[in-house]
Amino acid sequence: MAHNNQLDSWEVFMQARPGANYIHQGSVHASDRKMALQNARDTYSRRGEGTSIWVVPTNEIAASNPDDSDMFFDPANDKIYRLPTFYTMPEGAKQI
Amino acid sequence: MDQVQDIISNDHALLSKFEEHVQAGEAVEPRDWMPEAYRKHLIRQISQHAHSEVIGMQPEGNWITRAPSLRAKQILLAKIQDEGGHGLYLYSAAETLGITRTEMIEQLHTGKAKYSNIFNYPSLTWADIGAIGWLVDGAAIVNQVSLQRTSYAPYSRAMVRICKEESFHQRQGYEIMAKMMKGTAEQREMAQDAMNRWWWPSLMMFGPHDSDSPHAADAFRWKIKRHTNDELRQKFIDKTVPQAELIGLTVPDPHLKWNDAKGGYDHGEINWEEFKQVINGNGPCNKQRLQHHKQVHDNGAWVREAAEAYKARTNNQSSN
Repeated sequence: MAHNNQLDSWEVFMQARPGANYIHQGSVHASDRKMALQNARDTYSRRGEGTSIWVVPTNEIAASNPDDSDMFFDPANDKIYRLPTFYTMPEGAKQI
Repeated sequence: MDQVQDIISNDHALLSKFEEHVQAGEAVEPRDWMPEAYRKHLIRQISQHAHSEVIGMQPEGNWITRAPSLRAKQILLAKIQDEGGHGLYLYSAAETLGITRTEMIEQLHTGKAKYSNIFNYPSLTWADIGAIGWLVDGAAIVNQVSLQRTSYAPYSRAMVRICKEESFHQRQGYEIMAKMMKGTAEQREMAQDAMNRWWWPSLMMFGPHDSDSPHAADAFRWKIKRHTNDELRQKFIDKTVPQAELIGLTVPDPHLKWNDAKGGYDHGEINWEEFKQVINGNGPCNKQRLQHHKQVHDNGAWVREAAEAYKARTNNQSSN
């Protein structure tokens, strides 16, 4: 295989408007942060899609393993009392 | 021996779980287990799609300096920049399957990876820019709308993004054609000539009839593809013919006829011999397109090297 001469991979997260969550958009190649930010802007915001961008080196991302996801997320499954619909409210109670 | 049996039955279990998952309409993410054939199929398809976007910049780039107005030039520049962007979304999606950008570009240069046949035709007049936007991007949109629901999630996400941007491309092309059809006799002739040259290659973009399509069965079983080549081609014809008629263009197919019973147009047979010839490297521009890509890639080597050198220097400084 040839030497990989296509620079490093960065993941791009973008905020669509002030106050919104940052959402993953895809990735870009760049050799440093500044280039990564500029490439992310050119690649993912050519029509004003974003007001702010984060870039993160792809190999710095830790991800959960899909094979373990049942076990990994299991602790949440049997705690339905964390949901408001679990509770019985007295007839006529308002604004609760 | 038992160990081998175990591995085989384990793979078998993984495969049926995968197929169940896909059949239920669920998306596949990069870290999920997938059959090797699925991975290979996607790498081939997505990288070909990415290369098409990038090579597709050439026939249009040919007209930037000769665009008839500043407005037309700005639009064309923006469109071509979008095509480059689409290539990047798709390279990123393919990279999640474990192939590097370097390998993909190598495969393009050695001819192992293909790009869409359509870009091996020349853009001879300004009307061709209209025809490319309207017909070529129009055909691509039909295909890409269908691919928005493909099973591999990063590919699907790239398609959603691309589809949002493509409709401007098609409209700018149709606007050029409409404007020329309202112009002088010479302009109308030019527009019709572009229509005559781009119509059939646009129909070929959907690929061979399904009965002759080599990878179709896997693609459907794994929901990479959801509509057949012929279904998509029909959809394109049915929506494009009225657009041609509206601005006074003639579709260059004497057999084209509305079929009431099927609610669509019947059309003449596509010249598959031409299709084969162009795929095999004998189209009017195959050599030129690849040659140009290699040359630009080589000319850009110093930029990549400089970026790497700058990174090494700044890294050294920050660790000191």
